[in-house]
Amino acid sequence: MAKAFQKIYTKITQITKATCSVKATDVGYDELATVDGRLAQVVKIINDEVTLQIFEGTEGIPTNAEVVFLGKAPSLKVSDQLAGRFFNAYGDPIDGGPVPEGEERQIGGPSVNPVRRKQPSELIATGISGIDLNNTLVSGQKIPFFADPDQPFNQVMATVALRAKADKIILGGMGMTNDDYLYYKNVFSNAGALDRIISFMNTTENPAVERLLVPDMALTAAEYFAVDKNEQVLVLLSDMTSYADALSIVSNRMDQIPSKDSMPGSLYSDLAKVYEKAAQFPDGGSITIIAVTTLSGGDITHAVPDNTGYITEGQLFLRRDSDVGKVIVDPFRSLSRLKQLVQGKKTREDHPQVMNAAVRLYADAANAKTKLENGFDLTDYDQRALSFAKDYSEYLLAIDVNLDTVEMLDTTWALLSKHFRPQEVNMKREMVDKYWKN
Amino acid sequence: MTKGVVKGIISNLVIVEVDGPVAQNEIAYINLDGTNLMSEVIKVIGKNVYVQVFESTRGLKVGAGVEFQGHMLEVVLGPGLLERNLDGLENDLDKMEGVFLKRGQYTFPLDGEKLWNFKPVAQVGDIVSGGSWLGEVDENFQPHKIMVPFVMTDEYKVKSVAPEGEYNIYHTIAIVEDKNGTEHKLNMIQKWPVKVPVTLYKEKPRPFKLLETGVRTIDTLNPIVEGGTGFIPGAFGTGKTVLQHAISKQAEADIVIIAACGERANEVVEIFTEFPELDDPHTGRKLMERTIIVANTSNMPVAAREASVYTAMTIGEYYRSMGLKVLLMADSTSRWAQALREMSNRLEELPGPDAFPMDLSAIISNFYGRAGHVTLNNGREGSITFIGTVSPAGGNLKEPVTENTKKVARCYYALEQDRADRKRYPAINPIESYSKYIEYPEFEEYISKEISGDWTLKVNDIKTRLLRGKEIAEQINILGDDGVPVEYHITFWKSELIDFVILQQDAFDEIDSVTPIDRQKYILDMVVDICRTEFKFDNFNQVAEYFKKLINVCRQMNYSEFKSDEFNDYRGQLDELLKNI
Repeated sequence: MAKAFQKIYTKITQITKATCSVKATDVGYDELATVDGRLAQVVKIINDEVTLQIFEGTEGIPTNAEVVFLGKAPSLKVSDQLAGRFFNAYGDPIDGGPVPEGEERQIGGPSVNPVRRKQPSELIATGISGIDLNNTLVSGQKIPFFADPDQPFNQVMATVALRAKADKIILGGMGMTNDDYLYYKNVFSNAGALDRIISFMNTTENPAVERLLVPDMALTAAEYFAVDKNEQVLVLLSDMTSYADALSIVSNRMDQIPSKDSMPGSLYSDLAKVYEKAAQFPDGGSITIIAVTTLSGGDITHAVPDNTGYITEGQLFLRRDSDVGKVIVDPFRSLSRLKQLVQGKKTREDHPQVMNAAVRLYADAANAKTKLENGFDLTDYDQRALSFAKDYSEYLLAIDVNLDTVEMLDTTWALLSKHFRPQEVNMKREMVDKYWKN
Repeated sequence: MTKGVVKGIISNLVIVEVDGPVAQNEIAYINLDGTNLMSEVIKVIGKNVYVQVFESTRGLKVGAGVEFQGHMLEVVLGPGLLERNLDGLENDLDKMEGVFLKRGQYTFPLDGEKLWNFKPVAQVGDIVSGGSWLGEVDENFQPHKIMVPFVMTDEYKVKSVAPEGEYNIYHTIAIVEDKNGTEHKLNMIQKWPVKVPVTLYKEKPRPFKLLETGVRTIDTLNPIVEGGTGFIPGAFGTGKTVLQHAISKQAEADIVIIAACGERANEVVEIFTEFPELDDPHTGRKLMERTIIVANTSNMPVAAREASVYTAMTIGEYYRSMGLKVLLMADSTSRWAQALREMSNRLEELPGPDAFPMDLSAIISNFYGRAGHVTLNNGREGSITFIGTVSPAGGNLKEPVTENTKKVARCYYALEQDRADRKRYPAINPIESYSKYIEYPEFEEYISKEISGDWTLKVNDIKTRLLRGKEIAEQINILGDDGVPVEYHITFWKSELIDFVILQQDAFDEIDSVTPIDRQKYILDMVVDICRTEFKFDNFNQVAEYFKKLINVCRQMNYSEFKSDEFNDYRGQLDELLKNI
């Protein structure tokens, strides 16, 4: 690997579990190196002492290991040849195919000038009404699933990816189990979508620190297709909590003072750098990011989901509804911040109002349920709210529903009309007059 | 000028060995293969100077040359700042090339060629000093004063002032003479270091004039005043940004400065896209014409994020010195505090609570202290109203940024998760939130004169009713609907009426989104009248049914144009309902 002009250093002065320090000169910040053949990156330089983060870990690294600096930051060769291929975290093929040719680009490149962005305005229809009705997605958006590990977020993500009509689907796996990886591969292959897929994969079997490269690899490929080719690119990142765990390992090894939940103080900026790559570009291309942030026992106050919530444009929650025995998209805790850019504009005019009314009535049902559990008598209104909630879960919120946007709005009106009187829905009169189902 | 060489690099913290004197906060340029990276001195130990770099340091090597500039971080002030989209260091984002931000690209925020119609104000022989008005130009219909530069704090005598005519920002528009007889040529622009407050005013009296925001739960219940300070803490998803945007669209200010500090880029894009199209509800001109955006989004370099709030505040102070009403919004001050934390951590300082730097409290209070209503040296008045949002970690309000801000901000708008979950927007909790200005006798006097003598009484009345309603809701939850007397249900539903008709407001509806103060008075009077009416019902079901009808009609009124036929028709329906009880 070492070329003739590259200097080889062998004076390692310090080794920790993830980093080593070496005496070397003329080294650039962020530069790649190999230490005993393992890929590493410069994270600190003080005079002639260079600290390297070794992606595979430092097990077995001797103090006289050969360190070769590669003179460049981590990079990926981009071209149309990336399509349909599967890579590891370093961008090397793992599908047995040839190494793609193309223009070499540094990953983790600069941010988009905010005045060059376009306002996202294209609806992404998923057919899942729990998303399309209450939490409509827009191209150029970034949104995670906040999910406990036992929830079927991989299935929902795969469904969304296939129905989203994206030109390219880029899957970035961080600490994904091999089984889940194969699940995605099968689903995409069965749907005949393999030529649209590009995958950068770090599974639980690979070293943890390696996965720090995955989002930047995936997003560099995404920027190529969205900016150079003006394509609609959907990036799936799973799981960002594993990514944050890797960040905390490195910062810990570098003796940084941890902030909340042992996460590095820069967690917000680190996550924002990834998520903010989602954009609607001026010439029509877009990058949309759908990610997974796994929670521990549903705790969203933990530093990772908390910082994520402040960065992303909403979040989606799944929940098992015991009344109908199905997994639903939780209408209370889920939110798409960009929904108003398309609701009533790219969808029918009644969309925003009918959505709010249904959620408000669903909340009344939740109150009625509490009353019932506390042993109180229910009013007639409470009873109706409860039966509405059941229908609403079954026919709209359940993740197995597949309706287009007009069908789902009509269904909502039908349910409102079935269970309530017009003055109970608190909507603009003209909407009620026009759409109420008698 | 002092020069130096790079000795160490830890992310955006760079250690430089210098050959001469440097000042704390001095600006230095680091040469990376011909590109200049701007940085700021934040710590000095002997010959080693620690600088924070406002750009990515990728590829930087030990040995790179550094040139110190002899001044702190400064901004250029002059006509033409309105309508600009700036970054945290005052670069004009529209002048930058390409889709992606290039490192080391710095652009001038003003237009050097544009001709302005200058009208002199000062006379030959006048004694002037920093901040004195020499003349004015028309900047988007605002009288933009051309002032003696703020740094010229001594007294000067005006030797000449340019006659009315067309000038660009570099033309000399006045010559002044100092005590030693030296002449100084002045043009329309000046520079000021952002971290130093501009204090060229006579006094800073207590603010008392209501600043109309059109948001009912603010103006009616917890008003902010011209020159006041307020903050909006709220967990994600509670509507901080929507509320901030609503205030910046509707507030009755001359100049609005929006500092998008470490937040989502798409939110700034929303402003870029909508403000040039939307009308200012007070003047009918485009909103963008009175707006300046300082954008440092979350993915832009973190050190410039800290600078961005100071840049915005300095521009605010500049316009305040012209006798204008400035509204400054910063979203979010927590991101700024986090930028301080990241740097403090790299400097290996001993951390304070939650790993924030120990002086966080002082930094926040000094910053809020720069807002205010002032009487200028020429007797005119100007103000900066500052509203910051806070993004508390985990939605927990007992964290350092919220607590330290609470000590200094006079208005507190607590966004509540529970209200947001129930889609009761804006999700400002009416009971926890407060405005200290209500207690000011000056404010009370102003309100009685401008709105009505019984305003404060009525506002207190509905606040008490909201509190009572909340208590009763808890009792009903414990005892059940028929476990409490019917009167309790009436009291509860009266508080629901206040909630639905006054507090809740549809930010996305053209009419409901902004309520002028005369309409707010109408609504308050109407709601208080209903609340003071005695009702008799047989059972709690009747109460709920009746009040739901009332609420529905009142909300239809909120959606209708004030005093239109449609509006009057709903009013008729309401009176009918009230009569038939």
